[in-house]
Amino acid sequence: MESLERIAAELEAGNDATVRSLTRTAIDDGTEAKKILDEGLIAGMQVIGEKFQNHEIFLPDVLLAARAMNAALELLEPLLGGTGAATRGKVVIGTMKGDLHDIGKNLVGIMLGGAGFEVIDLGKDVAPERFVEAAKEADAGVIGMSALLTTTMPTMKDVVSLLRQQGLDGRVKTIVGGAPVSKEFAREIGADAYGFDAANAVERVRGLMA
Amino acid sequence: MTRDRREGVREIDEATIAPGPRAVLRAMGVPEDRETSAQVEALLSRSLDVLIELSEPRSVVRNVAPDEFARIYEGAGDNASPAPLEQIIPRSERLTLFVVTLGADVSVRIRSLFDEGEPALATALDAAASEATELAATHLERLIESESLRDGCVSPSARALRYSPGYCGWNLSGQRALFASLGPERVGVRLLESCLMEPLKSISGVIVTGPVEIHRFEPLYAFCSECRTKDCRERISALMKDYPS
Repeated sequence: MESLERIAAELEAGNDATVRSLTRTAIDDGTEAKKILDEGLIAGMQVIGEKFQNHEIFLPDVLLAARAMNAALELLEPLLGGTGAATRGKVVIGTMKGDLHDIGKNLVGIMLGGAGFEVIDLGKDVAPERFVEAAKEADAGVIGMSALLTTTMPTMKDVVSLLRQQGLDGRVKTIVGGAPVSKEFAREIGADAYGFDAANAVERVRGLMA
Repeated sequence: MTRDRREGVREIDEATIAPGPRAVLRAMGVPEDRETSAQVEALLSRSLDVLIELSEPRSVVRNVAPDEFARIYEGAGDNASPAPLEQIIPRSERLTLFVVTLGADVSVRIRSLFDEGEPALATALDAAASEATELAATHLERLIESESLRDGCVSPSARALRYSPGYCGWNLSGQRALFASLGPERVGVRLLESCLMEPLKSISGVIVTGPVEIHRFEPLYAFCSECRTKDCRERISALMKDYPS
């Protein structure tokens, strides 16, 4: 098996030590870091994402694959930084002001990273203004907002309003998600998309960046 | 009302709240009939070890009279109506406010695992901790129930079930009145402005003890269609299994 195909296969199996070792070998053999990233790691995570969406695998398998990807990225990132390797786009994510739940948001971040997006994770308890500032600073194409409390959902609308007020709503798209959030709520507040789970969120972000 | 010396802070043995691996997998969205790999099994095992190592389960309880609870439940007046508790409380025999928590260390470790690039263990630990918190609340329910039966202050067939702000029509803002009455800060639980509890792995509410029939209700209220968990069905079913209608 080609070494990059093998990296992808071992990543899909969640074998982090093997993925790291194969990545080391590929680097030592002179394979370009970007090629290893795209054809080994992202290719493997693409399969993981599809299988997750099709309910062939479940969250623990996705997380073990993400762990394997992280193990390889530790070796690749120093090599990628200088090349200005392009990403599929930049996404700012965070949990709304007053909310400390971040598991769902973290999973979305992992899967977006696995899909080749650059993720700017603002963490939890994020004020609406901070989402917009971060998107402007990073020149991000999407803001992803997560809420697990009904009391914090209204601030999602504040982000949409701020983007509109600053004339950014054409350039910066918004996607919302979280247990109490719905497609109807997303439509009501003028968000561009709603993600019902992490895999769906990645698909919607792909669509928003297209 | 005579003050019960068992009111106040109560420790919970962490051995009683350790979830089984299948419960953790279920919490992570894995179907019951799904076989898991050796790596997933190892992940679960590690998460459960860390959970037991870091958990410090504690609770605060206080019995309240129905009229006092009515004021707490009314809160800021944001509750849905009709709602189950409106029918349940008048028929109850004992009302016990409670907060249970696993403590802060588990949440701190979950956060640090994500920061260290260990999302698999972080997420498994989070799922295990959520399950453990539910088990702690259920353990407290059973304890309050058995104590009430032993005290003779409830009918012989009485059963206890808990209800929490944010569910079943009790608005999340109800946390404020509950916290003001109970003082969970004594076990390190505080309420944020958003009505979120910190540490996150905490559950609050009222344990209602009374004739088992009072807990029987159907999910036909307006808010039921929006409820994602519907775990009231499983809990009521477990309570009713010895008392078919």
